[in-house]
Amino acid sequence: MAELIGTPILEVPAAEGAKDQHMVINMGPQHPATHGVLRLVLEIDGEIIVRLYPEVGYLHTGIEKTCEAKFYQQVVPLTDRINYLDPLSNNLCYCLAVEKLLGLEAPEKAKWLRVLLVELSRLNSHLIWLGTHAMDIGALTVFLYTFREREDILRLFEAVAGQRMMTSYFRIGGLSMEPPLDFLDRVQAFINTFPEKIDEYANLLTGNPIFRNRLMGVGYLSAADAIALGVTGPPMRASGVDFDLRRDMPYSGYEKFKFNVPISTGGDCWARYEVRLLEMRESVKIIQQALDGMPEGPVKADAPKIVLPDREKMKTQMEALIHHFKIVTEGFEVPAGEVYQGIEAGHGQTGYYVVSDGTAKPHRVHMRYPSFATLQALETMCQGRMLADVVAIIGSIDIVLGEIDR
Amino acid sequence: MFQKPTIIGKAAVIEAIPEHPALKAILAWKPEALTDAKLDRDELTLTIAPEEIRAAAATVQAAGYNFMDDLTAVDWFPSSPRFQVSYHILSHTYKEYIRLRVLLDDANPSVASITPVWPSANYYEREVFDLMGIRFEGHPNLRRIMMPDDWVGHPLRKDYPVEGYR
Repeated sequence: MAELIGTPILEVPAAEGAKDQHMVINMGPQHPATHGVLRLVLEIDGEIIVRLYPEVGYLHTGIEKTCEAKFYQQVVPLTDRINYLDPLSNNLCYCLAVEKLLGLEAPEKAKWLRVLLVELSRLNSHLIWLGTHAMDIGALTVFLYTFREREDILRLFEAVAGQRMMTSYFRIGGLSMEPPLDFLDRVQAFINTFPEKIDEYANLLTGNPIFRNRLMGVGYLSAADAIALGVTGPPMRASGVDFDLRRDMPYSGYEKFKFNVPISTGGDCWARYEVRLLEMRESVKIIQQALDGMPEGPVKADAPKIVLPDREKMKTQMEALIHHFKIVTEGFEVPAGEVYQGIEAGHGQTGYYVVSDGTAKPHRVHMRYPSFATLQALETMCQGRMLADVVAIIGSIDIVLGEIDR
Repeated sequence: MFQKPTIIGKAAVIEAIPEHPALKAILAWKPEALTDAKLDRDELTLTIAPEEIRAAAATVQAAGYNFMDDLTAVDWFPSSPRFQVSYHILSHTYKEYIRLRVLLDDANPSVASITPVWPSANYYEREVFDLMGIRFEGHPNLRRIMMPDDWVGHPLRKDYPVEGYR
């Protein structure tokens, strides 16, 4: 018999001083405004939220367990599937963690391309957020506009990785291959027009009285609550906490880029909207700097026992063929130890905790994903608000259920 | 890439970085609560006696490590002690992570919950309970979070069958 522990969710005793008219309703798991399969159990008094319980786990696929059965390099494609809106950040975080374990450093050009692509990935993530958030509130037009630009970004991803969404482009020790020759020009063409597109979204939304009324003063989260509840990324900065891992604990060469970290002290949904729009403008700046200063050189580290050789070398050099065979069939051994690598992804701080026992397969991989922690703050933000505000608040914290459930 | 040498052992780490704020705070509070320490790949790991973890968390919080970034567990089956609970704490002031860890035995693993110190540990502890089977004493609502409520077993344990019928 299974061990039941805790209180089943629908039998939670009513809140202190609850009156008979309190009602418990279910929102989700199939609800268009929950951005996936999130189930919310709401205790409401009329239309006012008294309590709220998020119930997650519908997408749990045991990715952490799967990682333990794979070679280190085989884990990279699994990481894409966690946060499918910001795939390259996942790749980057995992690769940096394993590189730290190995004591390996990616070459300079690989680092710059990583920064460029991660920022594109952040734009991708923010565009989806903006489109779906506005759509939840009733502004359907913006969705079509943001997905138009997202399509351009996905085409860029396809150009480098051959895949639109599940890129797996970063490898341990660099990138999987050189980007195509015209890639940087294509990025430049995209960046040239993109700031105007952000203005276009802002024109549609910032002055829109319905959008303003639905967001302003809704879902307030104080800075102290944001830290206590583990909220990171744009929602944390919208509450006035000035911290960004890209600036404060730079990784992958971010210390060479100049950018501002947008902060707002509003703490409400409107502040989160403003912070993310400004972040998109900052990402454009970073991409421009990456394009201007892109160094020359290889995109793979010189570590033949870890990095797969080029196809060309495999056909001409015996050693390359042997290394390829060894890496594919046996993997590579990673020195024992444990590392934690945090990066600033589109939704907030992502962290990979990789524990090695000295073999070719990780002993334990744990992923810290921002949405999982941010969801804990949902009740604080929703309490005392109207039922319809829940939709606006979920949109504003920008959760991805893939990274909550893993 | 040049790597700094690994420093293992409480005395060696204290000698190497005596001014580290978290280490200093813990030593000032209760030196015997710190059972081991390691400085590996620029990451500081402090092993805390299991019964002291909540007070140790409060101590590092007061020392400026204000953000609980991650909480998880590792199963070292079949060695003993079997479970390791790792807490990754971030400091917005010092801009660095530290790792606290406790080691737990196989039989009825249980440790004090740190939710009174950081409410954000709530979901993380539920996840560790669900997937590793470690209980957190004093947790407000220790239910399964990923698996169904009536699930048998804890999937992330190393002795959990990964194929065939259970």
